[in-house]
Amino acid sequence: MEISQTGSVHVSPRYMAIFWLLLGMTIGEVLIATYVPMSMVVKILVLVGMAGIKALLVALYFMHLKFERVSLGITVSLTLVLALILIVAILGQWIFHSPSVEMPPRHAAPSAQK
Amino acid sequence: MDAAAHAIEYEPGVGLPTKKLGMWVFLCSEVMFFTGLIGGYIVLRFGAPMWPIPSQTLNVPLTAFNTFLLICSSVTMVLALSAVQRGDMGKMRGFLVATCVIGACFLGVQVFEYHHLIVVEHFTPSKSLFGSVFFTTTGFHGFHVFCGVICMTFVTVRAFRGRYTQADHEGVENVGLYWHFVDLVWIILFTVIYLI
Repeated sequence: MEISQTGSVHVSPRYMAIFWLLLGMTIGEVLIATYVPMSMVVKILVLVGMAGIKALLVALYFMHLKFERVSLGITVSLTLVLALILIVAILGQWIFHSPSVEMPPRHAAPSAQK
Repeated sequence: MDAAAHAIEYEPGVGLPTKKLGMWVFLCSEVMFFTGLIGGYIVLRFGAPMWPIPSQTLNVPLTAFNTFLLICSSVTMVLALSAVQRGDMGKMRGFLVATCVIGACFLGVQVFEYHHLIVVEHFTPSKSLFGSVFFTTTGFHGFHVFCGVICMTFVTVRAFRGRYTQADHEGVENVGLYWHFVDLVWIILFTVIYLI
């Protein structure tokens, strides 16, 4: 049993089990990225998904977010929603990037900086 | 003013100790900071006509080992907090020292990696777009780890001086939150920069 600063009492999570899970997933990520042949999109989805699960495990059990008050969870969730909006907006810029926009020629770059 | 009145003053609106709430708010701002960096990486990477394969430039096995170190340090940190919450001060001190040492080892490996990349591989921040974004992102994270080790050392010294008790261990909890956040960010960065 653990007693936090706020006086809440909760059963100690199995920290070593979470550690082995994180370690196993890290090894799995490296193996998938290095040896498993798959398309780039699928690879990105799988690896980012695994990283997200690992990050969630750290936040819930190591940072004790699972045992904190709901109000704190809402505060943190709102931040994550804002971060997600930023990433989606950036990805949108890339996905809907107009191909008609041309990059300036390389030789024009130094004079443009002056 | 009696003790009950103090207890009420201690809890702000969300029902958390003020310092802990402050740490969480700070971490929320850090989330946005690193999201900006990762967003910049996404824009540059997918906007660039050519992008090198990270595993051909970077040492993925070495960095995977560094990830292992940071996960280990997160475990020792949470075990230190668990120990002080159970009133076991000896174990708390031991785990705090272990966290400091492992965190310093992470920094040592990162310095070795940077030295190898810059001196041997001639892969510098001005070499390419990839070099620029790589050193900026991992450099900022490394700076956060450095600050974490400094704070952790401070807390460890206070722990050896008997500053923390089972009832009062806010410093250990708050520095632990920061340390786990740094670990969490590295988990994302390792995947995004080194593996994809």
